[in-house]
Amino acid sequence: MNRYPLWKYLLVLFVVISGLVYTLPNFYGESPAVQVLPIRANLKADDALLQRVDAALKAANLNVEGGMLDPSSVKVRFENTDIQLKAKDILQAKLGDDYMVALNLQSRSPQWLTAIHARPMYLGLDLRGGVHFLLQIDMQGALDKALEAASGDMRSALREESIAYSGVNRDGRLVTIKFRDAETRSKGVAELKQRFGGLDFNDKDEGNEILLRATLKPVEEKRIQDFAVQQNLVTLRNRINELGVAEPVIQQQGLDRIVVQLPGVLDTAHAKDILGRTATLEVRLVDDERQFSEGSSPPFGTEIFKDRDGSILLVKKNVLLTGERINDAQAGFDSTNNEPAVHINLDSAGTRKFKEATRENVGKRMAIVLFEKGKGEVITAPVIREEIGGGRVQISGQMNTKEANDISLLLRAGALAAPMEIIEERTVGPSLGADNIDRGFRSTQIGFVAIAIFMIAYYLLFGAVSVLALAANLLLLVALLSMLQATLTLPGMAGIALTLGMAIDANVLINERIREELRNGNSPQASIHAGYEQAFRTILDSNITTLIAGLALFMFGSGAVRGFAVVLCLGILTSMFSAMMISRALVNLMYGRKLRLTKISIG
Amino acid sequence: MEFFKIKRNIPFMSYGRYTTTISLATFILAVFFIATKGLNFGVDFTGGTVMEVHYAEAADLNNVRKQLSDMGLQDALVQNFGSSHDVLLQVSLKQNTVGANLSELILSKLQEQDASVEMRRVDFVGPQVGKELVENGALALLLVSIGISCYLWLRFEWKFGLAAIIANLHDVVIIIGFFAFFQWDFSLTVLAALLAVLGYSVNESVVVFDRIRENFRKMRKTEVAEIIDNAITRTMSRTIITHLSTQMMVTAMLFLGGETLHYFALALTIGILFSIYSSVLVASPLLLLMGVSREDFIKTEKVTEEVLP
Repeated sequence: MNRYPLWKYLLVLFVVISGLVYTLPNFYGESPAVQVLPIRANLKADDALLQRVDAALKAANLNVEGGMLDPSSVKVRFENTDIQLKAKDILQAKLGDDYMVALNLQSRSPQWLTAIHARPMYLGLDLRGGVHFLLQIDMQGALDKALEAASGDMRSALREESIAYSGVNRDGRLVTIKFRDAETRSKGVAELKQRFGGLDFNDKDEGNEILLRATLKPVEEKRIQDFAVQQNLVTLRNRINELGVAEPVIQQQGLDRIVVQLPGVLDTAHAKDILGRTATLEVRLVDDERQFSEGSSPPFGTEIFKDRDGSILLVKKNVLLTGERINDAQAGFDSTNNEPAVHINLDSAGTRKFKEATRENVGKRMAIVLFEKGKGEVITAPVIREEIGGGRVQISGQMNTKEANDISLLLRAGALAAPMEIIEERTVGPSLGADNIDRGFRSTQIGFVAIAIFMIAYYLLFGAVSVLALAANLLLLVALLSMLQATLTLPGMAGIALTLGMAIDANVLINERIREELRNGNSPQASIHAGYEQAFRTILDSNITTLIAGLALFMFGSGAVRGFAVVLCLGILTSMFSAMMISRALVNLMYGRKLRLTKISIG
Repeated sequence: MEFFKIKRNIPFMSYGRYTTTISLATFILAVFFIATKGLNFGVDFTGGTVMEVHYAEAADLNNVRKQLSDMGLQDALVQNFGSSHDVLLQVSLKQNTVGANLSELILSKLQEQDASVEMRRVDFVGPQVGKELVENGALALLLVSIGISCYLWLRFEWKFGLAAIIANLHDVVIIIGFFAFFQWDFSLTVLAALLAVLGYSVNESVVVFDRIRENFRKMRKTEVAEIIDNAITRTMSRTIITHLSTQMMVTAMLFLGGETLHYFALALTIGILFSIYSSVLVASPLLLLMGVSREDFIKTEKVTEEVLP
């Protein structure tokens, strides 16, 4: 009765062997590596690039452990981080700005393992070191801004159609347009309704004032919010590319949050600087005609901003162009006098608007205002020399190369559609990460050995079977984590240890049951059979309750705790398999064929 | 080797009155400490900044405190962490006026004094995040309790579900009571440990319940109290061995896992100790109290018996 059909043995063998294969990459470990990614679309990661990289490193006499090509990049491994850092500098200098050169970790496992997608476990930031940010998008700000832009557009629309109005004011989420009489209002409503599909318009009379109220439709609000998240994601990606981080994670979380994870980033100040720059860009006209004195309130329709030198500028409220219209910006040099300059490319709507604005305002100054956390600063205020069509704009004068670079980065990264704030940060230095791995590994190891000694002493041969099943459980769990590339965190490592501690429960249940059956006077074969059968239901029930806890943790946990939950859930599955199938297979193999079994070694 | 060669049933249920009184007393004590002392919530829940910095030489804590108070952070918590070279700084959200950038400011200030300072870890949690984590934690606890009760209800009977969940929430409350009494740092990982304990200690009750059900089927003529006594006595050995093994793993974590895992392992240790106690001496008496009977399980079998000639 204690015999498995051949297919069951084969199944167990197959599972254990695949477990071994997929666990293998973890033993090879990872080497420091440099990853070279082409940034421009017309460049490809190909053999030529690999050869260039190799040649550059050879010329600098750096030892290369191995290089490889994948669809999007070239990766080169090194012995230690010193060489890695040197190589990064050399490659960046050699290859120039067309390529991103990032520090990375690269598996040392042989090619055939990589080919079957056997990779080492994906370590979380608390184990490999790095920064985790949670950013909150200010949706109120995004909506306010959208409505502000709409009120500007309404003004120009009414002006275009020569519909007389005496004021357009935004107050919070409500735009009020004042008309002289009801007749012009009805003309205005017709025109505005046609042009602004996303707004609701309502007539409203207050005293003898004839007003029109405009609010955002709920659908439009939703669209603006979605757009804000998408735009911010794109912008963050661009900005993080400038940081040169390999494998960054930039994801939406919930409705209005973005998670950014930068493995291995040491300079958190710089990273925060780039991320936290919750800048929005606006192009407006400088009002040089009106006089004002410092301290007094600015004239109607204007605002006061300081430029980067601290001097004061009077800038009109009307926005000509927002940062969203900027496709690309590059630092370069003016072709006529070789002065540092910034070249800007606008999208089609931006081109049209910009052409109009420059035609009407030749000779005036245009201010590019950068808003950070509600405060505006004029980056630059060049004079408009002529009408600019075609969408290519050059800003030059009064800047050095570094400033040109800074401005172009700000423009290129595009303005964020809505301001963001860091609401959570978790930084772990690489040395602490390595310590954490060490601690987690050591405690699992020692715990495992202690359990093994105890089990074998207490249950003899059946104890040894339990230990083998437990080892197989560990193997399968690690293999499963490697296969799924689930993030392993420090609590996750604790989860592995705890799973092992708990998995022994199933083995104890079985062994105790067998002893009990023996005590009741059953034959060894019957006892083994009954032990496994009887224990099965209990094991199932008790594991399912733990699984419920694990699933709830997974649903509500965040970050590192979620890593714990993943391990807990997977661990329950592997421990059920190893206790029921693997240990049974071993026992069957040992005792199943002996017909006249009189004694079994269970202590 | 065999530790438990118990021939006769241990009359656990006759102690039921004492054991439930004892657990009621510990429970009330735990609630009392939670109410009066409160929990020492870590930065995960309260929000704020925690930094771990490493000095090449032994760190001068007074000097660090002075530097922080120069920055206007008089109430910052400064203490050694693990070794004399490592310092843990904690700044509450109230004092922090610059948000996420505080850690950089502090680090550069410390580096002015001693260039060897190295940043090991920074946790910054904004107020909204902390609040959410508390809410999510409570929600998870609730969901697990409901989920487990429902499962046991389906698998056994509603009395079992109720008894198990009361017994095991009692464990969770006692762990929290310990954390309140000793003012240990209550972090997100501790919360994870609590939920794991809930799952784990229900596991314990399930094993006993399973036996009780089995006994109801096998031991037709026996008193309910004796059936429960027999079930507990016969699973005793397994209970002790299992917990001993799990505790070996947890002990390794407690001493070798470093600071992050220390409180995690501590919560588990208390949880394991009390789950033995509660599943044997709380859940089962409760079951008896709720009047569990053979009819809860074998109604259908009775019908078939009557049909027989």
